[in-house]
Amino acid sequence: MVKEADHVPDTMQTPDVPPPTPAKDQFQEELVIRPLHSGDIYASFQFRTMWDTDFLRGSKVSHYRLFPKSLGQVISKFSVRELHISFTQGYWRTMQWGQPFLPSPPGAELWVWFQDTVTDVDGAWKELTNVLSGIFCASLNFIDSTNTVQPSASFKPLGLGNVTDQRFLRYAVLPREIVCTENLTPWKKLLPCGSKAGLAVLMKSEKLFHSSFHSQALHFRPVCQDWKCKSTVWELRQTLNVVFDLHTSGQGKREWSLFKMFSRTLTEACPLASSSKVYVDVTDNPQGELFELSPTTPLLSQAVVLGDRRTYSVYDLTNQATFGQTRSLNMLLRWRAAESAPPHHDARYVAGYGLQTGEIHTLMYNNHPYRAFPVLLLDTVPWYLRLYIHTLTVTSKGRDNKPSYIHYQPSKDRLRPHLLEMLVQLPPNSVTEVTMQFERALLKWTEYTPDPNHGFYVGSSVISALVPSVVAMDTNSTRECPLFSSFFPCKEESSYFMRVYTEPLLVNLPTPDFSMPYNVICLTCTVVAVGYGSLYNLLTRTFQVEEPSPGLAKRLANIIRRLRGVPLL
Amino acid sequence: MAAPLTLLLIVAVTIRAVLFRSSLAELIPERVEVVSPLNAWKRVVEGLALLDLGVSPYAGDVFHETPLIIYFFHFVIDYAEIVFMMADALTAVALYLAVKDYNKTVFRKQKYALEAERYPLDCLELIRTPKEMYYIPLKVAMFYLLNPFTILSCVAKSTCGLNNAVIALFILCTVKGSSLMSAIFLALATYQSIYPLTLFAPALLYLLQRLYIPVNWQRSSFWLFTTQYTFMYLGSLCVMVCLSFFLLSSWDFLSSVYGFILSVPDLTPNIGLFWYFFAEMFEHFRLFFICVFQINVFFYTIPLSIKLKEHPIFLIFMQIAIISIFKSYPTVGDIALYMAFLPAWNHLYRFLRNIFLVSVVLLACSALFPVLWHLWIYAGSANSNFYYAITLLFNVAQILLVSDYFYAYLRREHHLTHGLYLKRKDGSEATLVLK
Repeated sequence: MVKEADHVPDTMQTPDVPPPTPAKDQFQEELVIRPLHSGDIYASFQFRTMWDTDFLRGSKVSHYRLFPKSLGQVISKFSVRELHISFTQGYWRTMQWGQPFLPSPPGAELWVWFQDTVTDVDGAWKELTNVLSGIFCASLNFIDSTNTVQPSASFKPLGLGNVTDQRFLRYAVLPREIVCTENLTPWKKLLPCGSKAGLAVLMKSEKLFHSSFHSQALHFRPVCQDWKCKSTVWELRQTLNVVFDLHTSGQGKREWSLFKMFSRTLTEACPLASSSKVYVDVTDNPQGELFELSPTTPLLSQAVVLGDRRTYSVYDLTNQATFGQTRSLNMLLRWRAAESAPPHHDARYVAGYGLQTGEIHTLMYNNHPYRAFPVLLLDTVPWYLRLYIHTLTVTSKGRDNKPSYIHYQPSKDRLRPHLLEMLVQLPPNSVTEVTMQFERALLKWTEYTPDPNHGFYVGSSVISALVPSVVAMDTNSTRECPLFSSFFPCKEESSYFMRVYTEPLLVNLPTPDFSMPYNVICLTCTVVAVGYGSLYNLLTRTFQVEEPSPGLAKRLANIIRRLRGVPLL
Repeated sequence: MAAPLTLLLIVAVTIRAVLFRSSLAELIPERVEVVSPLNAWKRVVEGLALLDLGVSPYAGDVFHETPLIIYFFHFVIDYAEIVFMMADALTAVALYLAVKDYNKTVFRKQKYALEAERYPLDCLELIRTPKEMYYIPLKVAMFYLLNPFTILSCVAKSTCGLNNAVIALFILCTVKGSSLMSAIFLALATYQSIYPLTLFAPALLYLLQRLYIPVNWQRSSFWLFTTQYTFMYLGSLCVMVCLSFFLLSSWDFLSSVYGFILSVPDLTPNIGLFWYFFAEMFEHFRLFFICVFQINVFFYTIPLSIKLKEHPIFLIFMQIAIISIFKSYPTVGDIALYMAFLPAWNHLYRFLRNIFLVSVVLLACSALFPVLWHLWIYAGSANSNFYYAITLLFNVAQILLVSDYFYAYLRREHHLTHGLYLKRKDGSEATLVLK
């Protein structure tokens, strides 16, 4: 028995290293939505992973749960204490938008505090930038000694630690770096839930990049585990700030919802998150008189941020009740003030697809509740958009509205444009639509502008209207009145003259290949020559019986015989 | 033969009527292969609308039809579909009667030649029999009416159908021997588009042949008839031009119609060679190449007339083909007209060399035209070069077709004079080449 115990194999022996402690990591996500005074809306995502592990000790960390492995390996390899990287497109307009939660400069910014155990900081910096360039699919490899500095005072460590020797700090910025989907995708991959659950499902690139300001950043630093600060944990914060423009994303209407901003709604919290919340800034809307927020939520929280106490409506995504019956959360902010529309305004656009035909639509709005008034529409269309006057239709409220006066002068190629003038009576409270079809011409290659695929501009239509006036107007023009009210002569008391210019149009024409003039001339002349050649042969030659040519010897003999004057073979 | 012809007409009219009522009736008039700025229906409607607005249709650059078309459609605009179907039917019937009469003439001449023993003995298999020639007129009418090109042209309501009808009537009158009617229809065809002017020579040759007047410069009978015919032709042309003047009381139409055909200002893509050539032309050489390309259409007339003076109907076929290929704004309707004649030359089949290649290329190009147009104009993934390449290929195929038939015709004539099975000096079988 004792002998058997002596022959216990090595693998059965207990190892010296204690078993690995279970990883203590935690993930929280939040989204803050703040309506801005200019009508734009600011959304800020923050994802925080806290991890109690020791990168510094010699043993390799091999079990990653919530913390991204690619980043963990980089941090431990290069002995990074703090890493702050941001990619931004657009410029934060502090005057209009206030202060951002996490500021960032346009382009890419990277600043790193290395551990004091690093001997060759420059070498580590160079390798680190190259590795990060691969992780984030960005051109961070352009960071070299020409754009790296060691600030002495501005960038003190944001996390714990007493190392403040600027030898271990490196700061670089690449203002030219652009942000696109290729940068967003690896950034999203670092999140524990990826872009599949939680708040990250809202991050769709076609909406995020169609904004005034877009910034994604990553901040890694050591922090206190709790308020007693007995031990440090590593904190990774991924933030994404985006400002949506009222006119490009919001289509001019002051009404914002999650679906309008991100083209997605929230369906569930990230299962790996311990907390998942959406905050909407309602400080300017205490009684709900400015805008209306739906669905309503009972949770309100106050926070002091950037020196100001602000009130937030909170949606807790870990609570199933937040998602309601439809199992999706799409919060809607609708502004109450209704704008009054002017009595007359116009719009114009090109309809149709392809480069062969198209249609010009002009819309004329009469917003007066009970009075109709006449308008004179003048259209000048260049000759290369061939208008067809027999396709002209004028409809108001779904019915034909025949103009009382039409003056049409058709265009002459390369000499003069189309001229169309019409007198149309606009019925009250209606939209009048004027449509006309056109054909796009192919021009000579020298007639195109240097950027032919930009398109050709069609000048604005001019709509001259006699709009009914709300107050009786003074026809006496000799009285003293300010300059801005005395430009157009006033003939009538009850209506005033107004001219409205519509949008110009940008139309694409089919283009020939500009690199081909010589080739085209050669090829076409070749085809004509093929025709000429075949017909010439058939016209000038006759059929003859072909005699086979004699062999070489006989031919030579014939040449000699011809010279001698003797009959040929 | 009236019954099969009637049946054919009914079938053709049915097909066109069905297509007129289907959704294709909106798509086909937009296709550039089927309509051109000269003969598009949209432009006819536009011209009439301009006239209603009180503006001359020739004040702009949209309308390029002759004033007689305005006159004509002013009254029948509501029955346009019936007009075009009837034009097609008229063309088919005219071609049918013309080819029938022509076949009789051919057969009679062949009979005289056989009796005079002008043919060598071994080429009896080249002699045409009435049995073989019996169905040719019906086939000609069928080739015209059931040709997809003709059907497309009719459904698009392209005035090319009317031009074809006039030319077919001209051919019928020429074959029947009525020189006045032939001159009038030829003048009408020339008035519509200038190019049928080249058909003057073959018509003259045929009428001279019919009246047994030899083509001899010294003979007074030749000059008498020629001047008669010329005067009838020019007189009708003048009458038409003057009538057009009185419609709108201006000579604007001359530059809008004939100036447009000759100077090619509009570069809308079509199946011809002009558009891309002049879109990419250096400004300095534009006039020179316009002249070269326009002369190219006309200058084959004299050499072809000299070579084919005994065979004027084949000359008419050649001329119509050359016009369709080299005119400034060709459409598939023009091609359909000369293709209708191909059954009349059935007997040349054994001498054709490239017919397989030509027919395959024509089929492939017809299929590729709409595909590459869509890729260029709508999908944006191809560019104009693709469409241009198919245009080149299509025209090369047509040229090969025409020259192939010409070769076969000349070769048969050669065999009829020199014998079919030719032997070389040493008695072995010979090959014929053009030298």
